[in-house]
Amino acid sequence: MAAPALLIFGVFALIPLFGVVALSFVHWDGLGDITWAGFDNWQTALTDPVSRNALWLTVQLTILCVAFQAPVSLLLGVFLAGRQRHRAFLGVLFFLPLLFSSAAVAITFTALLDPNFGAGSALNVALLSQNWLGDPDLALFVVVFVIGWSFIPFHTLLYQAGTRQIPKELYEAARIDGAGPFDQFFRITLPMLKYTIVTSTTLMTVGSLTYFDLIFVLTGGGPGNATRVLPLDMYLTGFRSYDMGRASVLALVLIAVGLAIALGLNRITGTSRMGGRGEGI
Amino acid sequence: MKLGTRRRTLLAAGAAAPFAAASACGNEPGGSNGDGATAWGLTGGSEEAMRSSFEAWNDANPDRQISAEYFANDAYKERIRTAVGSGNAPTLIFNWTGSTLADYVANDYVVDLTDGTRDLIDRVIPSVADAGTIDGRVYAVPNNQSQPIVFYHNLEVLEEAGTAIPETWDDLMNAVDQLQSAGRTPIALAGQSVWPELMWIQYLSDRIGGPEAFNRVLAGEAGAWTHPDMVAACERITELVDAGAFGDAFASVSADAGADQALMYTGEAGMILQGSWIYPDVVSNAPDLVESGGVGYSTFPSIEGGAGELSNIVGNPANFWSVSANDSEEAQQIAQDYLSEMVLNDDHIDSLIEVGTVPPIVDLEDRISQSDMGEYLLFTYEMVRDAGHFQLSWDQALPSGQAQSLLENLSQLFLGEQSAEQFAESMDATL
Repeated sequence: MAAPALLIFGVFALIPLFGVVALSFVHWDGLGDITWAGFDNWQTALTDPVSRNALWLTVQLTILCVAFQAPVSLLLGVFLAGRQRHRAFLGVLFFLPLLFSSAAVAITFTALLDPNFGAGSALNVALLSQNWLGDPDLALFVVVFVIGWSFIPFHTLLYQAGTRQIPKELYEAARIDGAGPFDQFFRITLPMLKYTIVTSTTLMTVGSLTYFDLIFVLTGGGPGNATRVLPLDMYLTGFRSYDMGRASVLALVLIAVGLAIALGLNRITGTSRMGGRGEGI
Repeated sequence: MKLGTRRRTLLAAGAAAPFAAASACGNEPGGSNGDGATAWGLTGGSEEAMRSSFEAWNDANPDRQISAEYFANDAYKERIRTAVGSGNAPTLIFNWTGSTLADYVANDYVVDLTDGTRDLIDRVIPSVADAGTIDGRVYAVPNNQSQPIVFYHNLEVLEEAGTAIPETWDDLMNAVDQLQSAGRTPIALAGQSVWPELMWIQYLSDRIGGPEAFNRVLAGEAGAWTHPDMVAACERITELVDAGAFGDAFASVSADAGADQALMYTGEAGMILQGSWIYPDVVSNAPDLVESGGVGYSTFPSIEGGAGELSNIVGNPANFWSVSANDSEEAQQIAQDYLSEMVLNDDHIDSLIEVGTVPPIVDLEDRISQSDMGEYLLFTYEMVRDAGHFQLSWDQALPSGQAQSLLENLSQLFLGEQSAEQFAESMDATL
């Protein structure tokens, strides 16, 4: 039964992967002759300050993304799982960004953040007319914000579903024992959401390794190299500098890091041994 | 070590797959199907003129059709390289000449067009025709307008600030001061797009050191970037940035949606150095300003003691057609006949002038001055016609690896993250 899936995986994932491994050992600019490079590409790619910076930026981006998205989507998800008035309406509003394509989001934000013709000058709010995407110290945070804006709805959805799965009896019992909303959140909701948190954080972490389209359209890696994260560095090296060998090395580094993180998270959090969550019932 | 062709093709296929998965589905290049010729062009700009040129050919030659497809700029540049490298190029290859054409020629991907296009080349302005010529043979012929870089001015803003179109470097620095005191951004610059920053270093290095300054880089001479003339050009950039010539938010300004030119025609900024292609947009976005004579244009200011001629210009001499050597003889012949009969013929010239652009053909003064934007078009036409040297944009002229490093380092120079010397040294390392 697994044959079709394996075939597709082989043709579209494994064979190209071997192609990339082979390419990482040659010099090739996409046009001329392919020449053997040995470990040249590996050496230059791993010692190049731009690529090292890209790796460091990717780490920063991952940490910032998780730090921003996880709490916000957790709170939003728990809020939306409740029974407040207008909840359905607010829910629809919150989920809208999920429907937009990354490129459209990036183009829209570029226009909104334009210091001269963007939201700041339209609404006449000087605070919004910053050099958002042009200041090397600000740009990464703006990128984190826009990524968060587009992906928080998805994680909110996970948390909302997770929260709704928590048996009401737990809350009723807690209320009888005199637990307030804070105690209920920290002692019931949060522990019961453990596996949702693991899933959502894994997705965020692995996802931030591959953010490309949004950053590419939003900043193109600039200003300078301030937002040139690893996937973007790979693309620019491969398809702007046409250095396929080095780009392949970066691609392999990306695969290795992604796999390591996914497996590591899985092991630490014990998702593989996931059991039921009906404790206390 | 060189690998055989078969392995090269396999590797090429492997390489293209993970990166270009998205673009791989979709249109198949029809190059080798033996059924007429194919062409890939660019959307926007003079696309309409190109379309009607192909339509006219196809109407007249029902048995020898050319089917054309059009792509956005960036998508095209990636696609065409993979296509040419893997033997799937269209018959007519749209290009910018420079290092890419040199690569095509060195690897025998394109054919020698010298004999078939003599009549056409005789009519082309020589500084433009030169771009498609390698070692005395023609490998590419211009297929649209010339795109020199022009200095535009909002004359209302300049007047208000008590200054005028700068003719020398000192004038320029004075104008920057005056405009700043008047509360304007002196010069609009799309720093987010980076390539508009190239225009500054290109003109500055030419004015200071003449075409030799960059020719040394092209020739790969060691120390070409740390040559005093080149460093001096970079120092002028730092001087401009430090004087606040581009304002403090230029790195957020993108040229994609024309935010930089908008700064000029809305009066936020006084001047802008941009390609000749922005003028039709300025006319349609600020018709009143243009009509009242509020938009001025000039050549780049002179620099005292500099070696470069004032007539030297930079930009894109034109875009070009080359003919793929990997296509069938029949398709190649169709393409060559198309080039000699249709490209830049009277109809094509008319449709280019009509959209506000200047074809790189000699003796067009009368036809151009009679058009709607006659005065402006004549100005750019004369710029091209009288150019002592027409420098192709550096990002096209240089091999792609060097060009990419140039854009990255240049952006850091403008941001003040690198000094002129640091920039020169990092660029020397790419030679």
